[in-house]
Amino acid sequence: MSLAGRLAGSVVLFLAIPSAFAQSRYNFQEPVTSVAEQIYSLHTLMLIICLVIFVGVFGVMFWSIFKHRRSRGAVAANFHENTTVEVLWTIIPVFILVGMAWPATKTIIDMKDTSDPDMTIKVTGYQWKWGYDYLHGEGEGIAFVSNLATPRAQIQGQEEKGEHYLVEVDNPMVVPVGKKVRLLVTANDVIHSWWVPAFGVKQDAIPGFIRDTWFRAEQEGIYRGVCAELCGRDHAFMPIEVHVVSADEYSAWVEGLRLASVAQAEADDREWNQSDLIARGEQVYAATCVACHQAEGGGVPPAFPALDGSALVAGEHGPLVDIVLNGKTGTAMAAFAAQLSDVEVAAVLTYLRNSWGNNVGDMIAPEEVAAARGV
Amino acid sequence: MAAVIPDQLHDHHHGPTGLMRWITTTNHKDIGTMYMIFSFVMFLAGGVMALTIRAELFQPGLQVVEPELFNQLTTLHGLVMVFGAIMPAFVGFANWMIPMMIGASDMAFARMNNWSFWLLPPAAILLIASFFVPGGATAAGWTLYPPLSIQMGMGMDMAIFAIHIMGISSIMGAINIVVTVLNMRAPGMTMMKMPLFCWTWLITAYLLIAVMPVLAGAVTMLLTDRHFGTSFFNAAGGGDPVLYQHIFWFFGHPEVYIMILPAFGIVSQIIPAFARKPLFGYASMVYATASIAILSFVVWAHHMFTTGMPLAGQLFFMYATLLIAVPTGVKVFNWVATMWRGSMTFETPMLWATGFIFVFTMGGFTGLICAIAPIDIQIHDTYYVVAHFHYVLVAGSLFSLYAGAYYWLPKWTGRMPDERIGKLHFWASLIFFNITFFPMHFLGLAGMPRRVPDYALQFADFNMLASIGAFGFGLSQLIFLWVVIKAARGGGEKAPARSWEGAEGLEWTVPSPAPHHTFEEAPVVK
Repeated sequence: MSLAGRLAGSVVLFLAIPSAFAQSRYNFQEPVTSVAEQIYSLHTLMLIICLVIFVGVFGVMFWSIFKHRRSRGAVAANFHENTTVEVLWTIIPVFILVGMAWPATKTIIDMKDTSDPDMTIKVTGYQWKWGYDYLHGEGEGIAFVSNLATPRAQIQGQEEKGEHYLVEVDNPMVVPVGKKVRLLVTANDVIHSWWVPAFGVKQDAIPGFIRDTWFRAEQEGIYRGVCAELCGRDHAFMPIEVHVVSADEYSAWVEGLRLASVAQAEADDREWNQSDLIARGEQVYAATCVACHQAEGGGVPPAFPALDGSALVAGEHGPLVDIVLNGKTGTAMAAFAAQLSDVEVAAVLTYLRNSWGNNVGDMIAPEEVAAARGV
Repeated sequence: MAAVIPDQLHDHHHGPTGLMRWITTTNHKDIGTMYMIFSFVMFLAGGVMALTIRAELFQPGLQVVEPELFNQLTTLHGLVMVFGAIMPAFVGFANWMIPMMIGASDMAFARMNNWSFWLLPPAAILLIASFFVPGGATAAGWTLYPPLSIQMGMGMDMAIFAIHIMGISSIMGAINIVVTVLNMRAPGMTMMKMPLFCWTWLITAYLLIAVMPVLAGAVTMLLTDRHFGTSFFNAAGGGDPVLYQHIFWFFGHPEVYIMILPAFGIVSQIIPAFARKPLFGYASMVYATASIAILSFVVWAHHMFTTGMPLAGQLFFMYATLLIAVPTGVKVFNWVATMWRGSMTFETPMLWATGFIFVFTMGGFTGLICAIAPIDIQIHDTYYVVAHFHYVLVAGSLFSLYAGAYYWLPKWTGRMPDERIGKLHFWASLIFFNITFFPMHFLGLAGMPRRVPDYALQFADFNMLASIGAFGFGLSQLIFLWVVIKAARGGGEKAPARSWEGAEGLEWTVPSPAPHHTFEEAPVVK
C-alpha cells in the first residue's frame, strides 16, 4: 500500500470510529465490498489534499485581504510577473495530480475485473422496477421482478411514512456473503442505473446492450440502493434492496423459491373460471400495471392511456393479448411476455374487462395467451 | 439589467423611437442592454422553476407537484438557465464592453448582431409555452438522453426547435465577436495588450463555433428518430443510446467552459482595479485560458463513467480531466498574487469578485473529486454533482456576472450603484447560496440521487435546509433589480468617466454614461 493509501486508511479509521455501522449522514455509506472501501479511502485522501490546498491558497488570500487593504495604509506594489513562480505553480500541481491518479488507477483496474465469478445475475431495468435473472451458479433459473413496496398512501401523505420509505421492495435480490457476483446489466425501455452505494457499484442499464460489473459483499445484511439515471415519471420509485445472507440461508432461499414455483405451477394448472381469474388479475394489476395506468384505470394521458372505458380493452381478444405480450413500439407500453405467465396475462385482462366502467362479462382463458405466444 | 434611458441619448441618436428603436437597432450598446434584460427575465423564470422544485423537496412525500411536472421543471430549469440566462448574459457583456475595451466604434456585423438577439425571444417563448401543450414540456432532463426523450410529447419537439434557434443565435454572436476582436482593435492595441475579458471571450467564441453545431446535430438526430423512422439511438434499429451521450457531451463539456471563461475574464478586470495593481501573470492567464479551452475537447466522457466504458477509456478521460486542474489552478494563483501587496478596497464589485474566487474554487475542488473515476461511480447522478455544478455555475458564472454588472453599471447608467444595497445583495446571496448548496454535498455522499421528486427519510433534514436557503437566495436576487432600476432612473451619485479609482482600460476614457456612439475615431494605444 502506498504512503498516501496508508495515510488515507488511518484517517478513515479515525473518522469511522464515531459512525461505525451507522448510516452516515455526512459521508459515503459504510462500505461492505473491497471496491467500495477503496473508493471510501480515495475520497478521504482527496478531501485531505483539497483541504490542505484550500487552507494554503485561502490562507494567503485572506491574509492579503486583511493586511493589504488601503484602510490599513497598504501601498500597492507594482510587480506583475515572475516566470519562476508561474513555472513552479504549474509543475507542482502536476505532481499532486499524479499522486491522486495512481491509487485511482489501481481501483479502476480492480472494478473492471469481472473474471471468475461465483455466480452471475442479469439485472434488467424496466419503467419502473427491476428484474433479476439468476443465470449461473447456485439458484440458476430463478427469475423475478422487484417492485417498490412502499404503499402509495405513504407517498401521498395519507399514511405515516415507514422507516424504509422508498427504499423497500417486495422481492429483494438475495446473494450469498463472500461470493463474487457478476452482474449483467441491461434495460427494457429507457436507460436506468443500478446503484447500491455500500457495494460501490453503479452501472447504467442501457436498452439493447449488456454491460457487466461485479461485487463481493463481505458482510451479511440488507443493503439499499436506488435507480440513479432519470428514467421517467417514477424514477424516484424503483429502489433496489439486496439481502446478503450466509451460504446456508441462501441455499434455503433457493429451495424455498423452487418449492413455491412448483406449488404455483400446480395451482395454475387447472380449469380457471371468471371470478378466480378476476381475483388473481387484481393482484397482477396492483403489482405490474398500476404505476402507469393508475388504481382507478384512469391512466395519465397522453403518455399512459386510460384503461377504463378503453375500446381496446373491451374489444377483440387478439390485439389485447398482443399488446400485453409484445408491448407497443414508440410508446411507454413495455412487452410483458417474459415477466408474466399465461395465467397472469389471462387473469389481468379478464380483470380489466370486468372492472370500473368496463363490463364485457367474458373471460380470456390462459390457453388463448399460450396460443398467442406460440405465434 | 441596465436600461439606458432613451431620453439621455436623444442628442446622439437619429432613428426610429419607441419600440421600433429596439427592434431595428444595430447599436452594440442597445443590443447589449437587450441581451441583459432578456437574460435577467429568463433568470427569474428559471428561478421560479427552481423554487417550485425546492418547495416539492422541502419534505419527503409528494405535496406540491406531481412527478411528471417535477421532471418537466428540472429539465426546463436547466435549459432556461444555461441557454436563456447565463449564455445571453455573457453575450450582453461582450456586446457592451468589447468594442469599448478595444477602441472600436461598434461590433463588426451590426445587423447580424440585431438578428442574433431577436432570435432569442421566439426560442424562449417556445420553451416556456411547451409547458402548456398536451403532455407538457420535455421531462427528459436538460441532457435530453434518448430513449427517454423519444418517449416525450410535442414539448420535446418545441425544445429541439428552441435549441436550434438559440444555437444559430450563439454562432452568429460568436462570429461577430471573433471578427470584432481580430479586426477592429484600435491602433497600438496588440493582442497581448487586450484586456483579459476580450481574450477570454475570443477563446469562448471559438468554442461556441466549434460545438454549437454538434449540439444541433445531436438534437436533429433525436428529431429524426422521433418522427422520421431513423434509429441513430435505438438499438433495435442498429443504433446506440450511448452514441447520443458521446455527441451531447462533446458539446456539453466545452459548453461548461463557454459559461465560465468569460467569468474568468470579468474577474481578471475587477481584481486589479480594486487591488490597484496590474494583473499578475497576464500572459500566463492567456495561455491558461487557451489550455482550458483545448483540453475541454478531450474530456467529455467523464460525464459517462457509469455507462460502462472500457478500462482504457476510463483511464484516459480521468487523466485528461485531472489535467484541467493545472491551468485552472494557475488562474486562481494569479488572482491571489494580484491581490498580494495591493492596496485593496472592497466596493461591491470587488466583494463579488473575491466571493467568486472563494466559492468557485470550492466548486473546483469538488470537480477534482468528481474527476477521480472510482469516486465518480459513487457520486454520479447524485446531489453531490448538483452541488458541484451549482458551485461553478452559480457561485462561478452568476457571481462574476454580478461582479461585472456592479463594476460597469456606472458606465451603462451614469450612476454609481448603491453600495449599501449592493453589499446587502452580496452577503445575502453568498450566505443563502451556501445554505442551499453546501448540504447537497452530504446528501449526494450519503446516497440521494438527483432528479427525484421524493426521497428516503434519512435525507429529510438537509433537504429542508436547502429549500430554506433556496428561497432566501431567490428573494435576494430581487435586491439586484432594485439597484439597477435605481441607477437606471438616475438615482444615486453621478459617476465620473473613470468610475472606480483603480480602473484601467479604454472604456473608462469615455464619459459615464457612455454616449450612444463611442470611438467613432479610433483612439491610439501607447
